[in-house]
Order: sequence, then C-alpha cells, then structure tokens
Amino acid sequence: MRDLYFGEALYHAYQGQYFDALQRLDTELAQYHVLDEPELDTLHYHINNAEFSVGDFELDYRMHQRAGRAIKAVLEGAVDEAVRNEAAFRLARIHFQKGQLDDALEALARIKGTVPEEIKGDLEFLRANVYMATGQPGQAVKVLTQLKSNERLAGFVAYNLGIALLQDGRPQEAIEQLDKAGQLPAGDPAGLAIRDKANLVLGTILFESGNFERARQSLDQVHLEGPFSNQALLRAGWAGASAQLYDRALVPWNILVDREPTDAAVQEVSLAVPHAYASLNLHGRAAIGYGHALELFSNQIERVDASIRSIREGQFLNALIREESREDETWVIRLRNLPDAPETYYLMELMASHDFQTALHNYLDLEDLRSRFFAWKTSLDAFDDIIRLRGQNYEPLLPEVDAQFRELDSRMRLRVEQRKHLAERLQAILTAPRPDYLATAEEQIASERIARIEKQLGNSNDPESLALRQRADHLHGALTWRQETEYNERLTAAYVHLSELNAPVDTLTREYDAFVRTRQAATHSYVGYDIQLARFRERVDEALQRVDVLIARQGNMIETVAINQLEARRERLAAQQTEARFGVADSYDRAARAQSDAGGQ
Amino acid sequence: MGAVAAQGSATVRPSQSTTYTVTATGPGGSARASAQVTITSVPSPAAVREPSQEQISSDQREMRGLDEQIQEIKSDSLRMAAELSQLEEKLLYPSGTQVAIFVELAKGDMMRLDAVRLQIDGQLVAHYIYSAKELQALRKGGVQRIYVGNVATGDHKLDVLVDGKLEGGADFSRTGQFTFRKEVKPKLVGLTLAGPRSGNTPISLGDW
Repeated sequence: MRDLYFGEALYHAYQGQYFDALQRLDTELAQYHVLDEPELDTLHYHINNAEFSVGDFELDYRMHQRAGRAIKAVLEGAVDEAVRNEAAFRLARIHFQKGQLDDALEALARIKGTVPEEIKGDLEFLRANVYMATGQPGQAVKVLTQLKSNERLAGFVAYNLGIALLQDGRPQEAIEQLDKAGQLPAGDPAGLAIRDKANLVLGTILFESGNFERARQSLDQVHLEGPFSNQALLRAGWAGASAQLYDRALVPWNILVDREPTDAAVQEVSLAVPHAYASLNLHGRAAIGYGHALELFSNQIERVDASIRSIREGQFLNALIREESREDETWVIRLRNLPDAPETYYLMELMASHDFQTALHNYLDLEDLRSRFFAWKTSLDAFDDIIRLRGQNYEPLLPEVDAQFRELDSRMRLRVEQRKHLAERLQAILTAPRPDYLATAEEQIASERIARIEKQLGNSNDPESLALRQRADHLHGALTWRQETEYNERLTAAYVHLSELNAPVDTLTREYDAFVRTRQAATHSYVGYDIQLARFRERVDEALQRVDVLIARQGNMIETVAINQLEARRERLAAQQTEARFGVADSYDRAARAQSDAGGQ
Repeated sequence: MGAVAAQGSATVRPSQSTTYTVTATGPGGSARASAQVTITSVPSPAAVREPSQEQISSDQREMRGLDEQIQEIKSDSLRMAAELSQLEEKLLYPSGTQVAIFVELAKGDMMRLDAVRLQIDGQLVAHYIYSAKELQALRKGGVQRIYVGNVATGDHKLDVLVDGKLEGGADFSRTGQFTFRKEVKPKLVGLTLAGPRSGNTPISLGDW
C-alpha cells in the first residue's frame, strides 16, 4: 500500500465502519485535489481506486444521493479508456442499485473499447439485469447467452437466463433453461441457493401449467436444508394433491409439518396434511391433524400478540441497538433469542426487503451518529480545557521569553549582517585585489603607528627626521611586501574561515527557526479557537436535535411497519384457526358417520 | 328441509355457509335452536396476505422521505467529523511534532496476528490486541493507524513486539528495533508484518 491513509480508509471499510472510512477518504481526496503536483503524492498510485471506493463506501453507508459523484469525476477526467470504462460500469451499478434504470443504461452506453478483464463478466451480467429491469428481456437473453461460459457466474447466469426467457414469452425454452440451472454443480452456499431457486421456480411453473409430475420432480431436487426447502416441500405436496395423489403429497408435507412453526409454509401445511388424510377418508387421523393445527394456530396467535405488545413497548428497537446482536449477518434472526425481544421470525420476509433493511440500518446509523455527537461534545469540552490550561501556562511566561528573544534576535541579526558584509568584501576583492583588506590585526596596528609617526615627522628636512622617515618608509614597504606576497594564502585562509563560520551560523539559524516555530506553536495552541469551538458546539447541538427527531420518527416507522406486518399475519392465523376448528368438527362428524355407516352395515 | 323423526337424523351437504334452524315441537310447546355451518374452501397454497398496496406505498413514501433526511444528516456529520479531526490534529498533534505509526500485513500473509506493542524511546506508546474482524481487515490489505503522538525533531528509537499464532496454532513472537528521524513535517512510519513462514522479513519499517 503506497498511501497509508487510503489503506486506513480500507481498514475501516473492511470492518463495516463506513463513516470512518468515508471521513478518512474524503479528507485524503480533498487534499489530493488541491495539490499543485498531485503526481508526487502517494495517493496518486491509487487515485482511481480511491475515487471508486468512495462511491462504494457511500452506497454501503446508504448515502445514495452522494454515491456516484466521485465516479462521475473520474469519467469526466482525463483518464485512459480502461479506467473510464470501469468508472462507467461502477456508475451504472450504482444507478441500478438506486433504481435509476435510465441512468444505468446511459452509463452502460458510454462503455466503448477496452474493458478491464476482471470486470468483463460482471459488466455483462449487470447489463442483462438492467435489460430485465427495464422490460427488455429479449436483449437480456442475448447478453446472458454470451455469458454462459463464465464459470464464476454460471449459476446466476443460468437462472437469470431462464427468467429472461420466461419474461420474453418463451415458456418452453425457459423450462429447459431452468431445468439446466437446477442441475448445475454447486460448490458454495450461494451456488446451492440459486440452484434450489431454479428448481423451485421451475416446479412452480410446471405446477401452474398442470404438469404435476414434472413439477414434483423439480421440487424434489431442492436441497432439504436450504432456504427454499420449506416452499419446495409445500409445493411438491400440492403437485401431488392436485393430481389427486394424496398419499404422495403426504410425504413432503409430513416432513414439513414438523419444522419451525412460525414459518408460513409450515402453518399452511398443518392444514393441508389433515385435508389430505380427509381426502383419503382417514377422518380419525384428519381430526387429530386438525387438532394439532388448532393448537399450533392458538399458540402462534399468542406469540404474535406478544410480539406486537413487545414492539409497542419499544423492545424491538432496544434489541436492535444492542451491540452484541449485530455481530454477524444473521443478527436479525438471533434477535428473537434476546430476553424481552419480540418474535422476529414473523418479520423475516419484511426484514429481507430492501427498503426495510435500509430503514433498519439507517436507524442504527442514526444511533451511531448520536453517540458520535455526544463523544464530540466531550471532545469539545476537553479542547476547551486544554486551551484554558495552555493559556494559563503560557500567558505569564511569554512576555519575558519574548523580551529575551528580541535581545538575542538583534544580536544575531548583527552577527549575520557582519558575516554577510565580510562575504561581500571577499567577493569584491576577487575582481579588484585589496591586500590591505587582508592585513592582520598586528599589521593594521603597525600600519596605523607608522602613519602616525610619518604625520609627526611632517616635512622637516633635518637629517634626524629624514633618517626616521626613511625607516618608516622601509617599515611600510616591509608591511606591504608581506601583504602582497602572502595575499593568495591569506585570501584562501579567509575563505576557509568564512566557510567554517557557515556551520555555527546554520546551527544558529536552525535554532532560531525552531524557536520561532515553537513560539508560534505556543500561541497557536491556545489563541483563536474560541469562536471556532463555540460555532462547532452549536452545530453539534443542532445536529443532535435533528438526529433525536429522526431517530424517533424512524423508530416509529419501523415499529408501525413491523406491527402492520404482524397484524396481517395474525389475521391470516385467525382465519387458519377457524379453518382448523371447522376441520376438527367436520372430521369428527365424518369419522362418526363412517363408524355408524360401518356399524349399520 | 322438512320434518325429521324424533329419534332420526338428517344429513345436509351445503355448498356454502348456511345457518340451520331446528324447531322442535312437542306436547310441552316448542323450542328453537340454530347452528351455523361454515364452509371453508380447501386450504390454498396462497402466501401470507400482504398489506394492501396503498399501505405499502404510503409506508414506502414515508421510509424514502425519512431516508433523504437521514442522508442529509450523514453528509453534514461527515463534514463536521472532518473539521473536528483537523481541529484535533492542530490542537493535539501539530505537524511539527506529529508522528503516526501504521501497521499492515505483508501481502497474502495468513499469520494470525494477536497483538502489537510499540515503544518509542523506551516508553510504551501502544499495546493493541486484534479482534477477528480487525485481523480480517488487515489480511484484505487494510492499514491500521495504531498510534498518533508527538515527538521532538531528531532521531528516535522504535521498539516493536509482535505476538501471533502460526497456522498450526503454535505461538510466535518477534521483536524489531528501528530508528526513525523526525523532521519538521508530520512523520508517518509504516510497519509491515509477516509471519515466520512467509519468507519475508518479520517486521520491516518503511518511511512515507
């Protein structure tokens, strides 16, 4: 990973922490887009992937309105064909998930030329799905036929092709295709599920067309432990019963009748089993069966009533927000095991719907936001404290530090100025040699003394003065000789000395800069935050109010929808209870009559 | 239906729900009683009755309306979180002293990382124990920011201790000593960890 912060965003996303992932990646991308030379930034190596990931994370965080913005930016940017095509594919997928089918088609239409190998299969599969969703099953059939050789998607392609053929008004071909889909080898649970689904749909189509025997054969192939097995057992039974083969119908039905009593198929079969016995004139067994059914419905009605009560008391929402209940994908099912939680089994169908799932997760997201807001408020309080303490610490110290610094600063500036002056002089004498500039201190003193002596001697012509003047000239000459002859070594030495000065001056400059930074940091650590913090606090308070209202509304909506669902189930259970009650009476009546008929004979 | 003998019976086979009234007349007067026979059709393979279409669409409308408001507050919250994190960085980890240490697993490495302990200049700064979910995220290529703190500019010693388990379940432990140099800009240190059997260096340090 070349960019650590992008890696960090992925780390959060892989754990389902999309808020943190988005926050990290938004910041990274915002910084990247204002760089003068983005190609020097580490994110540059991952930029397309990062833009794509933002879209994915936004979708995962159920922010459909925003999702796709970053991908559009890639599409409109100067990128090569393969990247642009991948962007168009991802955009189409987002539009498809959002139900914006025309936009999805438009995005797909932009794909031209080279497509990255790894997305080719998914792209065509998406194209077929969009065609099916837009009522163009014929087009979908063409695309899916081409995709048959894709091993990874084999089960899904085979099933969807069957459905597309069916939608295209080609039932015979659909039946053949679904038959193939129902016989594909399946290695993983998803493959097994799609195979089961193909057999279930095929069985249903055959059943509806009156082909009961073939229907039963297809339904018999549905895996007995899979998610579609209850429906398959139920329909396999009906395939038998519709052909008046009640003893055959009883085989799958008797397996089903002992299963989870909250399942709609199990409830339905608890009436179907005694009905089959009655049809076989086994009225005694039918009466017992209806008796069991009656008991089942009474119990289930009680459970549904208890669930409705529990939801009204807020237990459903309480159970939802308990962390431990959300550890894996089956959390919704496991809610029913929590103390006081309602019977969620009756809500399974509802809970599996996309809108309700979104609503549930949004509720959890709102709860998560609320706890973040509280944490932010605590952080803001802590920041206030830090700023106050820093102020208390620095305020009394800084005036003295500043005074000392000013003095040091002026001394340092002087020295730096002097050094600069020397350097300029040395530079100047390179072109116009001035040996006197390189005179030693001793020579300068001697030179000045000679000049003084010469001045005192004046222009007197007495022999003593003349002799002295001659000596002075001699000395002057000796000095000049020395300076001229040693000029080159002295110039070199002067350069060496000047450059030796560089190291201490650099150290001094570094320390100076460090001090200036630290001094600035000291001020920045507590000055100028008051307004920012106060505004931020207001925004958090306002957001907290909004989130409270939204949580209440969202919670209420979830409860209402769940209760509506349960009431519909209750109504159905009550009707089934009546049927069972009648069944008991009727069976006893018929059994008694059969007995008396037998006695009469 | 007509009269029925005092000890007799009559069979009825109604095709729809019917209420039958019995009138018994005798020397003591007459009495009436009625009974309703409810005819239910053969249980049909129909699924559970769904709430009505109007109810669905009104529920869905409300769900979607709320969903839009929720998306708005999520957007606002993300903006606020970004600002807060900048503020936090400025206040707590100014760039002049900021050091951030990241942990990633070598590509494709399947060792089970249990814990990482970090010391900077002999001071314990982080001791992290990984959950299964976090380990999975690391294996998929995620990078964990394990520590953010402050150090002075200059050279610093970093001691790393890694505890984990091999695929067979045996414990293993590795240590590494590194030096990193902190300059004026924020310092990012990346640690790449590898299991003993991968052939990669168990702990390697990279600069960003």
